[in-house]
This record gives sequence, C-alpha cells and structure tokens, in this order.
Amino acid sequence: MKQLKFDAAVIGGGAAGMSAAAELRSRGCSALVIEREEELGGILMQCIHNGFGLIEFNEELSGPEFAQKIEERAVASGIEALCGTTVLEIRQEGGFHVVYGVSSRHGVVRVEAKAVVLAMGCRERNRGNIRIPGSRPSGVYTAGLAQRLVNIDGYIPGKDVVIIGSGDIGLIMARRLSWSGCKIHGVVEILPYPSGLTRNIVQCLEDFGIPLYLSHLTTNIRGKDRVQGVEITPVENGAVRYDKSFEIPCDTVLLSVGLVPENELSRNLGVEINPATNGPWVDSRLMTNIPGVFACGNVLHVHDLVDYVAEEARRAGAFAADWLAGASPQRELRLKTGSNVRYLNPSKVDPDRENKIYLRSMVVKNGAVLEARIDGRVVKSIKKAHVQPSEMLFLTLGPKDLAEPDQRTASQSAQVEIAIV
Amino acid sequence: MTDRTGRYDVAIIGAGVCGANIARKLSQYELKVALLEKEIDVSLGTSKANSGIVHGGFHDNKKYLKARLELKGALMFERLHDELDFPFERCGIVVVALHEDELRTIEQLYLQGVENGVIGIEMCSRERMLELEPKLSSDTVGGLYAPSGGIVEPYRFVFSLVESARKNGVDLVTEFAAALARREGDDWIITALDGREIRAKYVVNSAGLFADTLSKAFGAEDFAIKPRKGEYYLLDKMTKAKPNRVIFPVPTAVSKGMLIIPTVEGTVLIGPTASAVEDKEDFSTTRVELEKILQSARTMIPSISETDVITSFAGLRPVCGEDFIIELSAKAPHLVQVAAIQSPGLTASPAIGEYVKDLLKKDGLRLVEKPDWDPCVEKVRRARDLSPWELDEMVAKDPAYGDIVCRCERVSEAEIVKAIRAGHTTLDGIKYVTRAQMGRCQGGFCTYKIIKILMRETGMGYEEVTKRGGGSYVLRGEL
Ligand SMILES: Cc1cc2nc3c(=O)[nH]c(=O)nc-3n(C[C@H](O)[C@H](O)[C@H](O)COP(=O)(O)OP(=O)(O)OC[C@H]3O[C@@H](n4cnc5c(N)ncnc54)[C@H](O)[C@@H]3O)c2cc1C
Ligand SMILES: Cc1cc2nc3c(=O)[nH]c(=O)nc-3n(C[C@H](O)[C@H](O)[C@H](O)COP(=O)(O)OP(=O)(O)OC[C@H]3O[C@@H](n4cnc5c(N)ncnc54)[C@H](O)[C@@H]3O)c2cc1C
Repeated sequence: MKQLKFDAAVIGGGAAGMSAAAELRSRGCSALVIEREEELGGILMQCIHNGFGLIEFNEELSGPEFAQKIEERAVASGIEALCGTTVLEIRQEGGFHVVYGVSSRHGVVRVEAKAVVLAMGCRERNRGNIRIPGSRPSGVYTAGLAQRLVNIDGYIPGKDVVIIGSGDIGLIMARRLSWSGCKIHGVVEILPYPSGLTRNIVQCLEDFGIPLYLSHLTTNIRGKDRVQGVEITPVENGAVRYDKSFEIPCDTVLLSVGLVPENELSRNLGVEINPATNGPWVDSRLMTNIPGVFACGNVLHVHDLVDYVAEEARRAGAFAADWLAGASPQRELRLKTGSNVRYLNPSKVDPDRENKIYLRSMVVKNGAVLEARIDGRVVKSIKKAHVQPSEMLFLTLGPKDLAEPDQRTASQSAQVEIAIV
Repeated sequence: MTDRTGRYDVAIIGAGVCGANIARKLSQYELKVALLEKEIDVSLGTSKANSGIVHGGFHDNKKYLKARLELKGALMFERLHDELDFPFERCGIVVVALHEDELRTIEQLYLQGVENGVIGIEMCSRERMLELEPKLSSDTVGGLYAPSGGIVEPYRFVFSLVESARKNGVDLVTEFAAALARREGDDWIITALDGREIRAKYVVNSAGLFADTLSKAFGAEDFAIKPRKGEYYLLDKMTKAKPNRVIFPVPTAVSKGMLIIPTVEGTVLIGPTASAVEDKEDFSTTRVELEKILQSARTMIPSISETDVITSFAGLRPVCGEDFIIELSAKAPHLVQVAAIQSPGLTASPAIGEYVKDLLKKDGLRLVEKPDWDPCVEKVRRARDLSPWELDEMVAKDPAYGDIVCRCERVSEAEIVKAIRAGHTTLDGIKYVTRAQMGRCQGGFCTYKIIKILMRETGMGYEEVTKRGGGSYVLRGEL
C-alpha cells in the first residue's frame, strides 16, 4: 500500500479544494489534493456557459476557464494532486488524520496528515428526495447529469423536455437544450418566485419564450417505458388544487431542485452537521468539531457563485495553516440566526480580527437591512436594495464591531445575532 | 429455437423467484430445462419489488399450503446463502403493539407461532420491546419477538439462483413472452409474441401476475389474478431511524400492515400499502398511498423523517383467493401451475422449488441426479465489503477495482463489468446486480459512467442503451 505524509490533505479538487491547497502551500505547508475524477476542476468542468469569475478575476469566464485559472495558481504554488483517486474513509490513527483513497493506478493510498480540508462539493437532489409520485420510466434526469451528458459526452437525453425546479442549473440547461434543437415545454416551480438568479430567468427562459409555471407542484410522472408526461398542479394560498391539475406531454424530465452537500465522509469521521445547511458546523476558523478538520466550498454550504467558493476556501487554507502553526483564537463569540435568516456560516466569530460571514435570507424583500446585534444593541447595519433566498449575502464583522462597550463585562457567552429587517 | 436446442424436458415460464428456484432445483438432474422470461432480464416482476423478508412463520395457520411452504422455505436460506452469495441476514422480527387491545392479537400470533414450531418466539413486555428496539415509540405497550425472521435482497437472490441454474445447464431465454401453446404429439409447443417457438414435454406456469392468461393459453384452469399494489419509501443509510430488526405492526384482517425494514444493504424500507388496482403493469406510486406510509411508520418509530427518503417504488401482489395455487393441472397434461404466489412467496420459494420437482416426478418426469452438479456460484468481491488492505490486493489483481464508479454505494468498475458480462445489459439490470445508481444520489453522478462502460463492453450504440429494455431508451441523439 502506497503511504504518504503531508501537512494537509485536501479532499476534492474542485474550486474549493484547489484554492484551499494553494493557500496552504503559499504559507509553507505541504498539501495534497485528492480528486476522484481524472482531472481537477470539479463541477466547473461541465459548466461551459459564461458567468464565472467576475469577482475573483474581474472578467467573465466559462466554468472550465475559471477552473484552469485556479488550477494554474495552485500548480504555481506547488501543490501536489492525486487524481482518479476516490477517498474511501478518513480515520484518526495515532494522533494523525489518515485518509484512505483508491485508484486503479496506485491501488489503495494511505495519507497521513496533520490537517484535513473537506472540499467534496455537493450532489443534486433527485426525484425521490422531493417525492414525486408516479411511474418509473426512463427519461428522468437531474439537470446536472443532463448537463454532463450534453456538454461533455455529447448526447441529447430527449427532445421534448419539462424542467422541474427553477434552480440555475435547470435554467441554464433550458437554454442549452433549446440551442441543441430540443423543445422546452415549461419550467415548473413550487414557490411563488424563481429560485435561480434573475439574469438566468431573463437569458435562459424569457429570451426563448419558455413558460415558467410559478406556484405549481409536480404531482405525477407518467409513462411505462419512457416518460410520456408530467402532471402539474397549481398551489393557491397554500392549498394544492388537485381539481386544477393538468398534464404537459414530454419525453424527458429534468430536475433542478437543489443541491445537498456531500458529507458522508465527514459524518463517518464524526463531524457534526448543521441541519440548516447539511454542511458541518464550523467555528470562526472554518474548523469542524474535529480539531484539524476544516471545510469549505459546496461541502460546507451550497454557494451560487464559484467566486465566493474560492474566497471561502482561501480562508479555510489560511486557517488550516495557522492551526498547523499552533495558533488559535483567544476567544470566540457565537453567532445566532435572527429574523428572516436561514443560516449563518461560520457559526462563530473571533472578536480580535475581521470575520467574513455568509448568510441566506428566508424572504424576498426590497429595501432590506442586514443587522448585527449584541445584547439587542445594533453593532452593524447594511442596506440591501433586494434580498432573496437564492442569492447568498455576506457581511464582515471586525474588532470594532465586536468590541464590548464595557471591557470588564466582556464574556465568552456573548452572542451576536444577525437579522434581516 | 427448436431446431437449435431441440426439445426440452421442462420449460419454466417466468423467471421470478419461483421460476428461478424451480430451475435451479431441476438443474440438479439430468434434464434439459428452459427458463423463459418475457422481460430483458430476470426478476423484473413481483420478485423485484417486495419487502424482502424471510418471514417468521407465525402469521398464517398450517392448514394453508403457503404456511407450510413458508416454514420449510425459511429454514433453507442459510444453506442457499452459503452456496449462492446473495445478501441475507437473520436479523429477527418484532411485532409491536401500541394499544392494550392489540396485545390479544399478539398472543394469538404467539400461539400460532408455537403451534407452527417457530424456534425462539417470545412475548415481550414494553420494557423488553424498548430494550430490543430503543427507537420504538413510547406508546409501545408490548409485542412479539421472532428471532428467526430475516431479510434478503430479493433480486440478488433471483440473479444468483439463475446464475447457478445456468451454470448447471439450464437455458435462460429472455424477451420470450409466451403467448400461445399447442400440443404436438407428446409435447407442448410454446410460441412467443415474436413468433419464436419452444418445444417441451413438461411446462411450469410460474408467470406471476400473468399466470391466469398463461393458464388459459394452455387450455388449463380458469382463474383470475388481481393485482394488489404495495408502495414503499426507501430511506438513506444515514437515517437515524434505522431499527435493528424488522418491525411489524399488529396485522389486520387483510394485510400484515406497513413495516419498517432495515435492509441487508443498510438502507431502510417503509411500506407496503395495499390497494387493489386493475392494470398489471401499473407500478406507479401515488400521493395518497405514499402519505399513508410515513404516517403509519411514524406511529411505530417517530423519528422517521421525510428528508431521509431517497426513492419510492411499488410492487404488485398476484392475488387469487387466500392460498397459493401449486398443483398439476387437472385440465391440461404435463402442466404445473404455480400461481397466486403472494406473500410469503419469497420465503416459501426454495420449498416451492422442491414441491414442484415432486409434482413433476409424480407426473412421470424421470429424475436422475447429475454427478457433477455444482451448487456454488462465484463469489464476487465487492469494493464496499473490503478493508483498505483487501481492496489494495484486489486492485493489484484487477485495476478496475480501483475505479469507484458509484460513490454512494461504493461500486467499482470491476463489479459493473462482471455484471455486464453475466448478461445484465440494461441500466436497471446493472443497478440490481451491483447497487450502482441505487444509493442516495440515485445515479446522478454515475449514470454517464455506466453508459460508457456498457457501450464499451457490449459494443452497443448510444441509442441501444435502455433502462430496462423495450422502449425505455436513455439517450435521444448526438450533438
Ligand atoms: C451544475 C452547477 C452549475 C453551476 N453554475 C454556476 C454558474 O453559472 N456560476 C457560478 O458562479 N457558479 C455556478 N455554480 C456554482 C459553482 O460552480 C460551485 O459552487 C463550485 O464550483 C463548487 O466548488 P467546490 O470545489 O465546492 O465543489 P465541486 O466543484 O463539486 O468539487 C468537489 C470535488 O470533490 C471531488 N470529490 C468528492 N468526493 C470525493 C471523494 N470521496 N474522493 C475524492 N474526490 C472527491 C469531486 O469529484 C469534485 O471534483 C454551479 C454549480 C453546479 C453544481
Ligand atoms: C408488496 C409486496 C411485498 C411482499 N413482501 C414479501 C416478503 O417480505 N416476504 C415474502 O416472502 N414474500 C413477499 N411478497 C411476495 C413475493 O414477492 C412473491 O410471492 C414472489 O415474488 C412471487 O414470485 P413469482 O416468481 O411467482 O412471480 P414474479 O416475480 O412476478 O415472476 C413472474 C415472472 O414471469 C414473467 N412472465 C409473465 N408473463 C410471462 C410470459 N407470458 N412469458 C414469459 N414470462 C412471463 C414475468 O415477467 C416475471 O418475471 C411480497 C409481494 C409484494 C407485492
């Protein structure tokens, strides 16, 4: 069995894993990225549309272009990578984290690492997860699988398509398949507003005249061998109006109904998971409850922009390097979700430095204010022209915001509540 | 067909768990046997979608043939498991009473179990039940425990049986939908929908839901099989609600009720419902029935959560009266009927194999044991069962063990290639044999990889790749 030793093992070679590893290297730590696929890049490799990199690189790139730039950075920093290698298990053995991976080239590889960065990305929710009844014909795909089949393998899954869910991947596939000669008969969304980015609604649906059925539930999938149609039903004032159900004939159904962080490896290692994100609970250093195990990117929480993934992963790499050097925060304050906030990441802040916090709104609202409060006292507020659940928000809190007015009462138990009002 | 293979001693129609057990049993003797199946692969009927339980022998009275065969069949699983390498575990069964008055039924079941000779069956207090199954509702008042009950992966059982039968000379003919039968001399000529013919001296009708139509085609007994649908939810391995044993509610007059089943592979199955339907090919799930499942399961284990659901499916019970129909036809010569095999058909199936062999013998079939009959099939090593050290050794022998194709169920390319080479050339076939596409992502990540391997191994074009044969094509065009 091949045996390796590194300061840090990074699980997953997408945007997050590569960025975290590059940061670790630039701070003098040895880092190994382990990636299941034959090449680095992760999910970006199948996103051949533009819309990546405006924040990170100040230019509009396709997914593979963005991945390439990140990879160049990582390679320049001197990371090592094992591709085609699936991580099977992470264990604690004799004071080390030990990562077991397998590939056809090397057999099983055993990597001893002082720190581990989790960057396994996410998977797509599927038909079973949203419990659509009906028969089980061929022709039902998750949108990401269809994207892969079309963009990388060059196959068209079907000609007459209905897309369930108005997530970005589904919207982008509506455009992609329209370009390839398919007819998109509609996008069905249970919520009263679309869950994808506004620019995608305009560019992928409106420009192609594709109907968007908001407040509609998919209530049945029909077809014996291959899909023949989907039944959709309006939702009015919270009631599902089965009396108003109707069918859209089609041969293909694509599901774009959300992503779930892939945390089975983490769970088996004993990492505690936040039910609001399905990702690990992390402290102000993006460290999980297991010392030396960090998380970033889509495995921590689902991001809509890869630029944020890269930013967050860089911080995770830096925190891991600090931890390897023996540094740790003097104290941390707990973050608490206030009104209209679904989750906050991380869940703690270090009052002695700048902290970046990502959060998601539970509401669609114009003219909203993001507020941070300690003991009811507003310490920071930021105006937002518009907030909605599908667009991630962030704010920073630094020593100034988090300083106790009266130093003597400064306590470990102080909480920072963040709300959208 | 007839000119190539000539005349068969026995043709078995239907490759479900009954047909497969009968075929394997007959493969022990110097006989030419054909196993005919209308679908592209075996085990795609009722034997695919059921609860997968080796029943505990206390639900039915011994006056029924089904109870006698259940008791006998249940005892045969250890040996079959050793020989045939399918997932099986004697995990035990509990029946939980949630009200005082249900305890009376529990007692009746207990007495019936004792009378049936069930080993180790016991009545349990509330405390004992909660000790056995700590996740049970605090409303539990007591129950029954049958340690001999078990769980099996039903389709893997059928695949192994068929593999064993084929290894010992049985011909499997798939996509052969038997439609007509006529006598020619002393033989039956069976014609398929596509015109192919098979000649055989004896015929076994184990066509499941369609045994009634088949019976008529042979001019035999007139009975009607009515489908009764059972719907299920499958829960992720990671669910916190997984019990240690199969959990039954107290049965009602019509059914054994909706169960919570820890499957051999670590997932949890909840269901089945019971509703009469008309269409024998209607395997759809319905909103109304699915809602009942979660409700019912939660009365027993309250922590069951809908966020753990990874898929739903339905199976059809072939219903006709109260008991199995397993007999020599009184109207058509040399025809054995194996019909109305509803629950506990899976449990009873190994005993059904023996029983049908005896019926054939009684009807004049000469049985001479093969000296070289080999009861065992090759045990496929599976990446998910191996320690890192064992896996390393396997990769050294066959590098394809190092390519993990299905991440959720940890299935290597080597296992997928083996399944394809054994004749499972559809996405569903590969799924049921290897578990790839069967985990929490339901094929979201691995389907494209499997398509590629399938095309490479078989030389199929993309348009020939199907989910389960027929019109279930997967891809519609190329860019
Ligand atoms: C289909 C899709 C479309 C998107 N479109 C856009 C867009 O238009 N614009 C935008 O800005 N953002 C978009 N995003 C978001 C953005 O691309 C992602 O958030 C980002 O790329 C995620 O990076 P990651 O590194 O966290 O995850 P991933 O890219 O998913 O990387 C995770 C990596 O981990 C590997 N891995 C997982 N488990 C193991 C294991 N056990 N062993 C070894 N390796 C493992 C995987 O193979 C994968 O390569 C999209 C996301 C998706 C899913
Ligand atoms: C919801 C449910 C739960 C159950 N749970 C359990 C349980 O936990 N334990 C238990 O012991 N039993 C259980 N059972 C019962 C068990 O599943 C069945 O008794 C058993 O699978 C029946 O097997 P079979 O071979 O008779 O039928 P099938 O599996 O239906 O096989 C018949 C085969 O014949 C083929 N066929 C049909 N017509 C033709 C034709 N014209 N030509 C060629 N081939 C044809 C079909 O395609 C099929 O493959 C359950 C059943 C259901 C529906």
